[in-house]
Amino acid sequence: MNTSAHGAGQSASFQGIAGAPDSRGHFGIFGGRYVGETLMPALLELEAAYTTMSPQPAFQQELRELLQHYAGRPTPLFAARRLSAKIGGAMIYLKREDLAHTGAHKINNTLGQVLLARWMGKQKVIAETGAGQHGVATATAAALFGMECRIFMGEEDIRRQAANVQRMRLLGAEVESVSSGTGTLKDAMNEAMRYWVGAVRDTFYVIGSVAGPHPYPKMVRDFQRVIGDEAREQILAAEGRLPEMLVACVGGGSNAMGLFYPFLEDPVEIVGAEAAGLGISTGKHAATLGAGTVGVLHGSKSYVLQDEHGQIQEAHSISAGLDYPGVGPEHSYLKESMRARYEAVTDQQALHAFHELCAMEGIIPALESSHALAQAMIEAARRPARDILMVCLSGRGDKDLGIVSEHMKALP
Amino acid sequence: MNRIKNTFETLRRKGEKALVGFVSAGDPSVETSLEIIEAMCREGLDILELGVPFSDPTADGPVIQRSSGRALQAGAYLETVLEMTRKIRHKTDIPIVLFSYYNPILAYGAARFYGDAVAAGADGALVVDLPPEESEEMTSQWVGKDLNLIRLVAPTTPPDRMSAVAEGASGFLYLVSMTGVTGSGGLDLKEISQVTETLRERCHGMPICVGFGISTPEQVRAIGALADGIVVGSAFERIIESHLNDPQVAGKVGDAVRALKDATR
Repeated sequence: MNTSAHGAGQSASFQGIAGAPDSRGHFGIFGGRYVGETLMPALLELEAAYTTMSPQPAFQQELRELLQHYAGRPTPLFAARRLSAKIGGAMIYLKREDLAHTGAHKINNTLGQVLLARWMGKQKVIAETGAGQHGVATATAAALFGMECRIFMGEEDIRRQAANVQRMRLLGAEVESVSSGTGTLKDAMNEAMRYWVGAVRDTFYVIGSVAGPHPYPKMVRDFQRVIGDEAREQILAAEGRLPEMLVACVGGGSNAMGLFYPFLEDPVEIVGAEAAGLGISTGKHAATLGAGTVGVLHGSKSYVLQDEHGQIQEAHSISAGLDYPGVGPEHSYLKESMRARYEAVTDQQALHAFHELCAMEGIIPALESSHALAQAMIEAARRPARDILMVCLSGRGDKDLGIVSEHMKALP
Repeated sequence: MNRIKNTFETLRRKGEKALVGFVSAGDPSVETSLEIIEAMCREGLDILELGVPFSDPTADGPVIQRSSGRALQAGAYLETVLEMTRKIRHKTDIPIVLFSYYNPILAYGAARFYGDAVAAGADGALVVDLPPEESEEMTSQWVGKDLNLIRLVAPTTPPDRMSAVAEGASGFLYLVSMTGVTGSGGLDLKEISQVTETLRERCHGMPICVGFGISTPEQVRAIGALADGIVVGSAFERIIESHLNDPQVAGKVGDAVRALKDATR
């Protein structure tokens, strides 16, 4: 297979794809603003503030300094030589978002949004969280700026991500347990939106993914693109050329959009790894792009897991951060336009990749990121050693030790 | 025939305000729900808002979340709600507004929804998470003018946006009484009075109904002095929830309707 020719072909037909969304937040047929009237004025206010404040040099400088001196950017790009050699295919580079402050890429976005909240004069922030990484990152930024912070988290996620709950509380955040539905990310987001409706006048909602109503998908992508911008510079410095392929995990899809976005118009193949849970055929999965249909959830139109009546279905993944029946609208757009390919990785495959990275490179990855790794290992094995494959290692796995050891005990 | 318009005209002549009642269709079962609705109509309800149950009702408080959940357990999907609409229409001329989130309509198909809703005898639709910015994708598939598009106005809606919201709406405007989800407490009559006045100047004479957090005859009387109609939902759902296995549940909801309706006269 001549991969570079394939890549070049992609590039020729994808000029302009990075120009989305349009002024009303539409990525093709996806995106938009599907919210009750109470929130519309707040979204319009946020959009206006984001559009006018964030490009200002003073804002950009403040954010750049925070990312550098507080969050620890740039994060390294690391050549995983032993893992790559064991697979015997393409060279795998890891973009080490796990080394960012708070242990995941989420801090890039929360520093941006909380800074914007402060510029807008808001004193209170709220957020939803799944694995707890976004909750911790929001609580961190709120503590840094001395703002009040309330985090909505599903009861099941509180159980399986107890360490992050404790971190949020130490950082001064109120953690609200959400018991509706399956007590996971979707339900946390429902509850955060309900709370926001009541508190919209003085409260800024920090959404953690490239999901939600416009302008969130665009804004979060813009705050996360620092991942891809750095990775691009770093790979050019290390190898003198662009990689053949990018791989990132996709729940809502923020680390993936962050890595992918600066490469959208380049001859680089793009692969997203969704959670196949126990396997797509079991119905217990979170492969929204792979097995879902177009619908409206949490304020935007995108692929969702739903039944034929338009009722949202429950997702399943070993990874709390991917356990979500929706996905950011830009990913739906990249799928529809065939700019990106989305594959599904099972709980077992992710666990295998988790252990491989621990053993081969001395890095304990988050279970979310382990999905990307598992897919990257499959892709790398199919490619020659001269090819370069870049993986977003979106977070570190300390939070997952409990789940992983439960699964190790369950092994025969 | 426009039942919504006729109802407001008749009430105006009688010097009454409209009591608009919301229930989740199919809560706790399709059969009981129909009995409840029949009792509500009998006891003087002026307009029925029939809630289409949705798995993720982000604009609703816990009471309607639970009622929506029970109705889904009972299988009350949009198709069933339309069938219920047809049965209600056989028995009464009350205006029926289908109150839904957008996703069930999107899955059903907006054109098919319009046709089937009109055929079943519905008079209006209110799609809570479809603001004017996005509503054309639905209404452009509505062939005809037999279904009023009811829209929400919130206390956060700035005056010039009120005009834009009113522009594409028909039937009546649903003014949300507070920033919050359904069933919240803390009505602020002064604020409602101000917002109603501001909206009045921008809604081209369309009737204004106020809802969210209204449950007692005293509140109905107070809001009735300001608006053309009062919407009550969670209060009825609370009665249903506390009488789930009670054969008298329809009568109990009917009693509540009568007490609230008396306060509109």
